[in-house]
Amino acid sequence: MAPSSRRDFLKLTGGTIGAAMLPFLKALPAHAATGDTLVVVTGQTINSLDLHRTGTNRASYQVAVNAYDRLVSFGTKPAPGGGLSYDYSVIVPELAESWEISDDGMTMTFTLNPEATFWDGRKVTAEDVKWSFDRAVSVGGFPTVQMKAGGLERPDQFAAVDESTFVITLDRPSKLTLPDLAVPVPFIINAEVAKAHATEADPWAMEYLHTTPAGSGAYKVAAWQQGQQLVYERNDAWTGGPLPAFSRVILREVPSPATRRALIERGDVQMSFDIPNKDAAELDAKEGVEVYSTPIENCIHCLCPNTKFEPFQDANVRKALAHAIPYEAIFQTAAYGRGAPMWGGEAEITDTAWPRKSPYMTDMAKAKELMAASGHAGGFEVPLSISLDLADWMEPTALLMQEAFAEIGIKTQIEKIPGANWRTAALVDKRLPLHLENFGGWLNTPDYYFFWAYKHGHLFNSSNYLNNEVETLVDETLHMSMEAPEYAPKIKRLFEIAFEDLPRIPLWQPALNVAMNGASDYEFWFHRQLDVRPLTSASV
Amino acid sequence: MARARMILGRVAQALPVVAGVVVISFLLTRALPGDPAAYFAGPAADAASIAEVREALGLDKPLIQQFFLYLGDLARGDLGQAISTGQPVAADLAARLPASLELTLVALVLSCAIAIPLGILAATRPGTWVDHLCRVLVTAGVSMPTFFTGIVLIYVFYYLAGWAPSPLGRLDFIYLSPPHVTGFYLIDAALAGDWFTWLGALKQLILPAATLALFTLAPIARMTRAAMLTALSSDFIRTARAAGLGRGKVLYAYAFRNALLPVVTTLGMVFSFTLGANVLVEKVFAWPGIGSYAVEALVVSDYAAVQGFVLAMALLFVALNLVIDIAYALIDPRIGVS
Amino acid sequence: MTDTSLAPPRKGDTTLGHIAYVLRGNPVTLLAFAMLAFFVGCALFGPALVPYDPLATDAPRALEPPSRDHWFGTDSLGRDVFSRVIVATRLDLTISVAAVAISFMLGSVLGSIAGYWGGWIDAVLNRLLDTIMAFPLFVLAMGVVAALGNTVENIIIATAIINIPFYARLVRAEVNIRRYAGFAQAAKLAGNSDLRVLAVHIFPNALPPMMVQVSLNLGWAILNAAGLSFIGLGVRPPTPEWGIMVAEGANYIVSGEWWLALFPGLWLMLAVFTFNLLGDGLRDIVDPRKRT
Repeated sequence: MAPSSRRDFLKLTGGTIGAAMLPFLKALPAHAATGDTLVVVTGQTINSLDLHRTGTNRASYQVAVNAYDRLVSFGTKPAPGGGLSYDYSVIVPELAESWEISDDGMTMTFTLNPEATFWDGRKVTAEDVKWSFDRAVSVGGFPTVQMKAGGLERPDQFAAVDESTFVITLDRPSKLTLPDLAVPVPFIINAEVAKAHATEADPWAMEYLHTTPAGSGAYKVAAWQQGQQLVYERNDAWTGGPLPAFSRVILREVPSPATRRALIERGDVQMSFDIPNKDAAELDAKEGVEVYSTPIENCIHCLCPNTKFEPFQDANVRKALAHAIPYEAIFQTAAYGRGAPMWGGEAEITDTAWPRKSPYMTDMAKAKELMAASGHAGGFEVPLSISLDLADWMEPTALLMQEAFAEIGIKTQIEKIPGANWRTAALVDKRLPLHLENFGGWLNTPDYYFFWAYKHGHLFNSSNYLNNEVETLVDETLHMSMEAPEYAPKIKRLFEIAFEDLPRIPLWQPALNVAMNGASDYEFWFHRQLDVRPLTSASV
Repeated sequence: MARARMILGRVAQALPVVAGVVVISFLLTRALPGDPAAYFAGPAADAASIAEVREALGLDKPLIQQFFLYLGDLARGDLGQAISTGQPVAADLAARLPASLELTLVALVLSCAIAIPLGILAATRPGTWVDHLCRVLVTAGVSMPTFFTGIVLIYVFYYLAGWAPSPLGRLDFIYLSPPHVTGFYLIDAALAGDWFTWLGALKQLILPAATLALFTLAPIARMTRAAMLTALSSDFIRTARAAGLGRGKVLYAYAFRNALLPVVTTLGMVFSFTLGANVLVEKVFAWPGIGSYAVEALVVSDYAAVQGFVLAMALLFVALNLVIDIAYALIDPRIGVS
Repeated sequence: MTDTSLAPPRKGDTTLGHIAYVLRGNPVTLLAFAMLAFFVGCALFGPALVPYDPLATDAPRALEPPSRDHWFGTDSLGRDVFSRVIVATRLDLTISVAAVAISFMLGSVLGSIAGYWGGWIDAVLNRLLDTIMAFPLFVLAMGVVAALGNTVENIIIATAIINIPFYARLVRAEVNIRRYAGFAQAAKLAGNSDLRVLAVHIFPNALPPMMVQVSLNLGWAILNAAGLSFIGLGVRPPTPEWGIMVAEGANYIVSGEWWLALFPGLWLMLAVFTFNLLGDGLRDIVDPRKRT
């Protein structure tokens, strides 16, 4: 069997299993024989099957998506740039059949789908939901922080009224609560299985659920070899949505991007998730491989001048930087044109669309003028820091900036910082004078972005930016309904200040690239992880 | 008895080395920049949740206390919990060490099969063009960065020619891994009588093993050549030749057997060096070995994983040296009493 | 450089004559020396001779295959690969020579002390060296660079540390066998101090085997730096360095831009190759026994 024909081989075994194939049966995974196996490669590694655990990395969030259900989910819409995307504006049922929100917005009542069962056949009850939510707000770390963003902070806010009725009581109404229930964090665990494995030292069964999911989701985890592969097997009794097409999905971890590219191009795997921009641009131009590049909602690649560094306290210097950046060259060489430009926008702000183009564009004469007018006309030296983990786009970007900044008298040394140190240096200590940053908010509203990236002391405000008007505006708009009449003017004012003060200089909105060769119906999600449920085979 | 005392002494000498490795690896990991608590607290963590994580990891305690806690865990055979993989370090190493060992051993067997004949060939014709060619060939092998060789091999044999299987780690996805006995797929598959999987595992091994073998040709070939030259110029060979023994018999029965000892010593060195150095090859071929594990752990400052890896490698190295030394003492009557 | 420390030549032309003799006797060594001269030439004059600024980007001409304008093609930022490869020679040779020089010197001093005086110093030193050797060396180098930061100096230090045990052990063994040898005793009786006997009479005997080690390590140091670059712990961008160029270029092989990895890889390989071949020649040249 030639490796090139593996896909045909899998297809062939789909119905025409004959005597000649029998010797191979022993070696084939049981379900490959039915021909609906999907093989996906990714460069990331899954380090836990439990999102609530301390140290669970981003790649592992997909287990929460595929193997567990939430009360609600987001709808689907066509994505910009082809394919499908989740729809932030539409909330659809997943485990909850229906829900009601009281008029004051303080009480949410969910009725569970009576058909919904866990993998062990037991009915999903409100007690399970309560236990799972209690767990999310109690374990600390990321899950607790994310729950808090939706106003979900304490176990006493959750109540199981009867077997199928679950009630959430809020401290204040917020537009973020319902969407926050559709993010991967508040997933529903089979509480009885979990409790059976809980101990006094480990009341939330962290050790057990870390390796053994117990949920009601569309896929069960059939095998997990850490660092190698994760195998999903379809839960045929799933009620949270239309039954997925693939009965088995094999997710292989391949660290080398060159190897991943060879695999997808030769058709030995059906999907390569999160591929580099360059591969996306080139594979897109090739026959056979389908590429989806979806601009990531609420995410912007930025250059951040830190106000702790004296020269950057001068607005003219920050504006000079914004005019010196060779945006187009960077967008083409670092992003290969994938994503959306974030420069050269209209000066006047007429709507609340976010991310949006800044009014700045490459203009060396203007940049030099601004530098001359600043208190640092003689120029200065500053390190330009980038993260080793994100060198893929940060390094070419930094190199082109270095050249351009030298022309206006700002000498930079590029400093590559390893992953573990990056978070501490850039986000926690906020001590990098000039650096690249790429925050993206899960909840797709401008106020949410500003809350994390522009409010003083907040994690992604790595520029140490402080503006009292911004503080007030963000606090006012964060929980306000987007339909409220005062919402739009306040948001527009935020945009004006952001572009005037420039603590973050927008570069471009990045894209999440996915290549498919033999599969279709990919759907983009804000969490940037693979949702395998809607995928179908492309073969006819 | 002198020999037993010598062996005991050798074991005693190994103890401070292990202690040294424990101390240095502890200090080295703590010297790594970055704050694992901040890293593992996740993307949206605030100061409070970072502090919680720090406490959970025991990193809020003073360094000296952390060290003694670590020693206590070690004494109980507990290598700690790797945060980056979420598994106990011992389990991680046990799962991954066989993969690295299998790759390294196959590479060495391949390397010996080429390098030893080349070395003998060169030794029988010293100074001729054959000798020079052998030297140039094996030197070229050791001059290439392994990750470069690996990618070129993948490009040529998988991407262009389609001869090699997809570089997807130890087994292609159409196979099931054989029932776990030793962790070596070739052995486990053979034990299970599953020759189809055995062949599949072998196919996956060929390219990464060839990459490593190219890199290890030089030391083995050169040591074979040098040892053979020494053996061939010694008195007993001259005597054997004078006694009219055949050329083949002199070469293999006498000279090669005597040259074997230094070659085996070199092999031991090459083995432990390769096991530590196949980090890069593992990365290129998605090989789930301990080398790639160590690199990932180091980059995210996963203390327990790095320490566990270093300790395991050091123990392996010390054990290997002990075995070689003791084997020497048992075989060679000249060593051991001095 | 080491000639002065050897026994003084008996005739004025012995040294050169000896080198010529060694080179004539071994064509491979001759080739190695010719290649070494080429690389040293590149390191000294390369930056002045290359056609382009190795740091100048030219985004519209990115990823062009080799042509008359760009002999080795251009990289993803439109920089001239040929210029970068040639200019990188100086840095790569500096890294390897500096790293090996440090480990050579430290290793010699430690090994001589341990071998000559023996006793507890020897025992302690031996255990220390064993400890370093017991580390997986590449991972130790990674750890050192990660802990100290990825600058050229730290890459040199890391490479030096992992090489010290090889030199120290070699010197210790050579010194140890000779400390009671007749010529050493004679020199001692003639009124020479321990230090002088050690440095002038005993140590030079360790040089021939060390020369082989030096040349192997020079090559190894370059590979080591390249490996660090592949992991992402190499020299800072935009400084041209072979290892980084190969490591970055390696990802472009499958997409068809083979020149990005091939040319720096070829250069790197040739340099390592040269150093490796040089070993035997150097040993023959400095071997005191071959001079008489």
